[in-house]
Amino acid sequence: MKILVFVECADGNVKKNSLEAVAFAHTMGGPVTALALGSAAQVELEALGKYGATKVLHAADARLNQGIIQAYASVIAKAFQDEGSDVLVLADSSLGTPVAARVAARVDASLASNVVELPNMSAGFVVKRSIYTGKAFARVELTKPKKVIGIKKNAAEVKEVGSNCPVTPYPVTLADADFATAITSSEKATGEVLLPEANIVVSGGRGMKGPEHWGMLEELAKTLHAATGCSKPVSDMGWRPHHEHVGQTGVKVAPQLYIAVGISGAIQHLAGVNSSKCIVVINKDPEAPFFKAADYGIVGDAFDILPKLNDAIKAAR
Amino acid sequence: MKILVCISHVPDTTSKINFTDNNTRFDANGVQFIIGPYDDYALARAVELKETSGATVTVLNVGPADTEPTLRKALAIGADDAVRINAEPTDSFFVARQIAEHAKAVGYDLILMGRESIDYNGGAVHGIVGELLGIPSVSPVMKLDIEGNKAKLAREIEGGKEYLEVNLPFVAGCQEPIAEWKIPNMRGIMSARTKPLKVVEPVSVDSGIKLKQFELPPPKGAVKMIPADNVQELVSLLKNEAKVL
Repeated sequence: MKILVFVECADGNVKKNSLEAVAFAHTMGGPVTALALGSAAQVELEALGKYGATKVLHAADARLNQGIIQAYASVIAKAFQDEGSDVLVLADSSLGTPVAARVAARVDASLASNVVELPNMSAGFVVKRSIYTGKAFARVELTKPKKVIGIKKNAAEVKEVGSNCPVTPYPVTLADADFATAITSSEKATGEVLLPEANIVVSGGRGMKGPEHWGMLEELAKTLHAATGCSKPVSDMGWRPHHEHVGQTGVKVAPQLYIAVGISGAIQHLAGVNSSKCIVVINKDPEAPFFKAADYGIVGDAFDILPKLNDAIKAAR
Repeated sequence: MKILVCISHVPDTTSKINFTDNNTRFDANGVQFIIGPYDDYALARAVELKETSGATVTVLNVGPADTEPTLRKALAIGADDAVRINAEPTDSFFVARQIAEHAKAVGYDLILMGRESIDYNGGAVHGIVGELLGIPSVSPVMKLDIEGNKAKLAREIEGGKEYLEVNLPFVAGCQEPIAEWKIPNMRGIMSARTKPLKVVEPVSVDSGIKLKQFELPPPKGAVKMIPADNVQELVSLLKNEAKVL
C-alpha cells in the first residue's frame, strides 16, 4: 500500500499535527511519501524521514506559499496520481479538511475525516471516526480502492523511527483557475502555542470577570508551554479573539491536559474538550456542571489559586 | 442574486447521544432536532443579504420526510422556498452529490452551508460541492460581503484569520460570527406555511463509505476533588498519577 501524506507548513515550519500524520502513515505500513507545498525549511522537510517518510516531495512554487484550497487540492491530487498512491493521509485543520474533500472528489476516493486511530485492515479497511462532536464514534468501512483520511490530533504518536530523508523537488504547473480565490491579507498571533496543536490548554470563562485578568492565565500558560483558550461568552463579549473560543461552534481541542478556570461547563463547551486526556476544573461554584466531566477539581477563588498553582508548577519542574 | 443555503437537521446541542439496533442506528427517541448551528449562521447571513441586496434564498436539506419541520423553520427565518432531497444523509460525498445535482440544474450565484454538520462532523460537503461544480470553495468563513460580482471574505485559520476575495459563484462553509442567529417571528412562521417546499428524489451515488457500527466513549471516572489550599497536591497528581506534566 502506497501512502501519500500532505504535510502542512506554517511560516516555513512543518506543523506538529502533520508529524502525527506522517507517523500515522508509517504505522499503517508501506512506503510513505510526504508532500510539502510552498515555502518550507529544508531541514524540517529532511527530518520528516525520522518520523517515517521514505520520500519527501517539495513543490516550492511561491504561489503555494498561501494556503489556497483549490490550488492545494490540485497539486496534491496530481501527486497522488503521479506517485500511484493508494491512500492520502493528512491532519485535519482549517486548511487540511477542505483540501481533503476536494482531493477525494477529484481522485474518486472514499473519504473519512476526524479519524482517531489507525485503520483496521484485517477485513477491508475500517476507520474509527469521531462523530456528534466527540460524543460518539462510528466505525466505517472505506470501500473504494483509493482512500483519503483526515486524522484528528493524537491519532498517532510521533516517534523517531528512521533518519533524515533527502528532499526531491516536485515541479508543478499551476493553473490560474486554481487561484480564483485570492488571499489579500492575514492576521496571525505570532510566537504563541497554537490552540489546536497544544499539548496543554489553559482556558478561562466568565468567572475570570474581565479581559484585564487574563494575564494570570497567560502566566500559567507560559509556565506550561500551553495555549490559552476561552468559553463562548468570553469570545462573544470580545474579551478574547474568536480563534480562542473552545467548544461546539469553536475550536475542538484534544490536549493531554485541559485546565478550565471559571468555566461552568455548558454541554456546548464540553463538546470542544471531551477528547482531552486529563481535565482540571477550577471554579468557585461547587455545583458547576464541569466538575462532572473533570478528572481533578478545585473549588475556590481563581484569582487566589492561579498564582499559587503557577508557583507550584514552576517549583515542580 | 440566487443563494442556496444547505442545512443539516441535527440533534440539539444539549442532546444525549444513544444508539439502537445493536449500535447501528441513531436513537432519535426524545431528541429534539434543530437546524445545524453552523448552517444556521449561513442561513442568517443569506437572509441579511436578501434584505440588503434583494437576493432570493432557497434552502435545501438532504433528509427523509421528518426533516420538513426544520426546513419550515428555515422558511420562517426568511428563506423564500425549500427543497428536500428525499434520502438519508449517510455521508459527506452522498450529500454533496445531491446538492451538486440540484445546484447544476438551477444555477446559483452563491452556495452557503455550515463549516460542518454537528452529527457527522465531516467538514467536507462544501469542498466536494465546489469540486463537483468546478467552482471555488472557502471554509471556514467568518465574514462575507458581496460587492457586485465579487465577494470579500474572512476565513478562520489556526491562531488568526485570512482575508480573501473571490468572484461569484462559489461555495462557502460558514461559522460565527458571520451573522447573528435569527429567531423566526410570528409573521415569518405564518408565511412559512405557504412557501413552496419541493421534494426531489435523490440520484444514486456510491460514496465508498459503509457504516459498520456506532460506539459511545467509555464513561468518565469520578472527579478527584483537591482542597483549594493544597495546589501542590494537584501538581503532584498531574505529574505522577495522570502523567501529563
